[in-house]
Amino acid sequence: MAQTTKTPTAARPADPAPMRRNFFDLVKAARWGLVGGATATFVSVIGMVSDFDGRTLIDPFLTLGYLVLFLVPFAFGYMAARPPLTLEGQDPARVGPRDVLAGAIAGLVTGLVLIVPTLLAVNFNLRSVFVNLSPAMADTLTLGQSLGAGLLLLAVVCLVAGAMGAGVNVVPARWRGPVMTGLLWVLTVGLLEDLATQLLRGLNLDALIGVFFAPGGGLKPLGAIIVFVLVFSLQLAFQRRPPRLKARYQALDQSERRRWTIILIAAAAVIVYLIPIVLGGFMSEILDLVGIYLLMALGLNIVIGFAGLLDLGYVAFFAVGAYMTAVLTSSGSPALSPELTFWAALPFVVLAAALSGVLVGTPVLRMRGDYLAIVTLGFGEIARILFLSDWFEPVFGGAQGITQIPSPSIGPIVINTPPQFFYPIIALVFIAAYISWALANSRIGRAWNAIREDEPIAEALGVNIVTAKLSAFVVGAALASFAGALFASKIGAVFPNSFSIVVSIIVLVIIIVGGMGNLAGVAVGALVIVGLPQLLREFDEYRFLLYGGLLIFMMLAKPEGIIPSRRRVAELHQEEMGQDAWLTAEPEPELDEARTTPATAKD
Amino acid sequence: MVAEQGTRRRLHFDFVGAVLWLVRILAILAVVVGAFVSLSSGRLSAAAWLNFVVIGIGQGAIYALIALGYTMVYGVLGFINFAHGEVFMSGAMVGAFAANSLAQAGMWNSNPVLSILIVLLIAMATSTLVALLLERVAYRRLRNAPRLIPLITSIGASFFIQYAFLGLFGSQTRTYPALSILDGFIRVAGINIRYADIMVIGSALVMMVGLYTFVERTKAGRALRAVAEDKEMAALMGVNVNRTIVLTFAVGGAMAGAAALLFGVVFRTVFFFSGFLFGIKAFTAAVLGGIGNIVGAMLGGLTLGIFESVGPSLVLTGLGIPSAHQLKDVVAFLALVLVLIFKPTGLLGERLSEERA
Repeated sequence: MAQTTKTPTAARPADPAPMRRNFFDLVKAARWGLVGGATATFVSVIGMVSDFDGRTLIDPFLTLGYLVLFLVPFAFGYMAARPPLTLEGQDPARVGPRDVLAGAIAGLVTGLVLIVPTLLAVNFNLRSVFVNLSPAMADTLTLGQSLGAGLLLLAVVCLVAGAMGAGVNVVPARWRGPVMTGLLWVLTVGLLEDLATQLLRGLNLDALIGVFFAPGGGLKPLGAIIVFVLVFSLQLAFQRRPPRLKARYQALDQSERRRWTIILIAAAAVIVYLIPIVLGGFMSEILDLVGIYLLMALGLNIVIGFAGLLDLGYVAFFAVGAYMTAVLTSSGSPALSPELTFWAALPFVVLAAALSGVLVGTPVLRMRGDYLAIVTLGFGEIARILFLSDWFEPVFGGAQGITQIPSPSIGPIVINTPPQFFYPIIALVFIAAYISWALANSRIGRAWNAIREDEPIAEALGVNIVTAKLSAFVVGAALASFAGALFASKIGAVFPNSFSIVVSIIVLVIIIVGGMGNLAGVAVGALVIVGLPQLLREFDEYRFLLYGGLLIFMMLAKPEGIIPSRRRVAELHQEEMGQDAWLTAEPEPELDEARTTPATAKD
Repeated sequence: MVAEQGTRRRLHFDFVGAVLWLVRILAILAVVVGAFVSLSSGRLSAAAWLNFVVIGIGQGAIYALIALGYTMVYGVLGFINFAHGEVFMSGAMVGAFAANSLAQAGMWNSNPVLSILIVLLIAMATSTLVALLLERVAYRRLRNAPRLIPLITSIGASFFIQYAFLGLFGSQTRTYPALSILDGFIRVAGINIRYADIMVIGSALVMMVGLYTFVERTKAGRALRAVAEDKEMAALMGVNVNRTIVLTFAVGGAMAGAAALLFGVVFRTVFFFSGFLFGIKAFTAAVLGGIGNIVGAMLGGLTLGIFESVGPSLVLTGLGIPSAHQLKDVVAFLALVLVLIFKPTGLLGERLSEERA
């Protein structure tokens, strides 16, 4: 997918004639269709389609299940009709109706392949092996019709979806953006119905709910059209005349700018204050969880995004924070229980985490990047097993964990409801974000950058590798321990099984999807990765499947994340160019981020 | 790696070096003291210790077979295929279905050798298929990306495969039917060796000798070594690099499939998460033996198996730690850390082309 946008640096022996699409492309389309069919079968047999069928997006016709199902022929139709890579010295390939035909063929083949699992589910009982290959799945796939008519309809809908996917290539670029954005917003609003209705209710706009949403769930067609038209026209308008707010802000003179900054901060503070009040208990609970993960992600962002140390055992620091808080504050702590208040315990918690950061960081300091990853993963598991073990049971309570952790309080106010917890969490998130931002632009931040980009050169230029790496580990550990402390006092108990490897992986997915090294990206990543599955309960069973898929997809398509940092793009872009090393006479300089030995010259 | 630290640092106090030395000394001290206390207490007889060793070798043989996949991919492509544990798990899982249907047909115990061969083929085919799919979908585009990018991809792939298996086949543990010919043991020099262990060690040995001959004696094996040494040069010499890389994944997958069957026959239960720990331990074995080095993987697997089966009882119990068996996995992870601190190139040394080492 990355190939669409890049033009190889080296001029290939160019083919003078423009690329012609011919019969062969249709065979290629059918091949895409087969891959699509396999994907759609996988999505159905794993149970996603029937599980997601319960959530209506647009009232009578579209449920999330069908969206997922028909997204497959749509995507593969798009792939089948994608114009070939335009090389230097070639004219770009023309797009036209033939591409739509290719997409339709891919879609049709996808639909035809889907007949296989349907027939299997109807005629045989394979549920002892494939647990979700059930008649319910067949019902969903035949769109509620009888078998024959349903399969025909399925094939036709897949064909249309494939053609539409191909159509994306054909629509002129000027319209493509607004149309896609509009559709995306319609689907997002339909998907986030709970959030949207809660928001409207919180803002006392109850009347609007009936206009947009159907009583049984999902957008009304009218609501969908309103959302689409609104987004479409806004996008079109901004596309014609971008507002350039940042440039305008920067053009202001000093005092004006200061005034606006104060106004913006005040507005942000008011909004932050209002968020948990407007959203209510359930949504605040989700936001609290997002905040805790965001805190961890900001910490891991320093370790991975800034310093380039792939730490897969990050959960260990989170666990240390949580357990230290539990031991210091809980009255039920088995061995020593000083029963400090939350705030009095916090400095000790951070100290302990920082120490564990040094403890983990020092032995791995001279390891290669990939070894470091596995070893830190090992440390993460060691931490969990030790907290669980009989050996440390007298201190940490073994599998029973530590309960009766008191809620923190500010003055007379005890913080124990989810909306109240939002404030300390968001405060710590802002502090963490400020720390990250300040560090990124400091001497140590530049040292991290240098190490990440080329460690031997950084060392040769006088960067103290030991201090820089250890401080990355320590700062990351400290931020994770904040998250751990909040987590422990929010839940009121800690158990070793809350700190399994998947926490590390979730945090990794957050920063990779969001955009490594970029604070806004990390925040968006946390909202999407942690918040969305909480909001859409049916995702829960598939979230790790989707996380895994997302990691693969991001690495293949957009390793810099959805909101990338500019430096990161430059680095990765250069690396991608290196992929054409076969063509270039000179070996590209390799930007291996975590190598400890100087590169031996290739020649 | 330590050698290039430069002279400037020498003048200062070398903090990292000091810590590493401290760790080394502590590790040796712990092992010596623990072992001394354990052995002198006479808690277990010599035969019991030997029994631990035999069990360890049996387990280690399985690690070794999986480790081959890590080591071959690392040798050829230079990255850790973190999802290889899942390649192993997929073989074990599908093998369980095959074994159960054979048991239902009554073949499993009436015709054990044939049914084991059938399940072996199915497990190997499944694992090979998963490995090839991984290569095609996830890794092929990343051939020349920096090393951490395919590593992250493979972590994603690992989770994807795990939870795909959870979704497809459910979360329940799948059991292999018991194989009656493997019950029982023979006594050699006072220690009981289970038939199952004999089978595992024997077949692992056959597979490894086969693989070694393949890599060292055949034309395809020579191509593989050439690609591992230098991809571009191998291509210039007429080696089909792409096909060789696919072959690497296929062979690694097949070995993992064979390991999966042995695992299934001996441990008998498998679920979607089984591959994760086994994968990490097999990777440890590969590093222990010297990554990229095929003989090393075999040696590393056996060593790790023995460490893991003897270690908790010998060292940890000796140090007075209660319920040492809970810490079996800690021993394996610590083994990895200690290997990387003591001898990062492994027992037999890495076999990588120079630019990567």
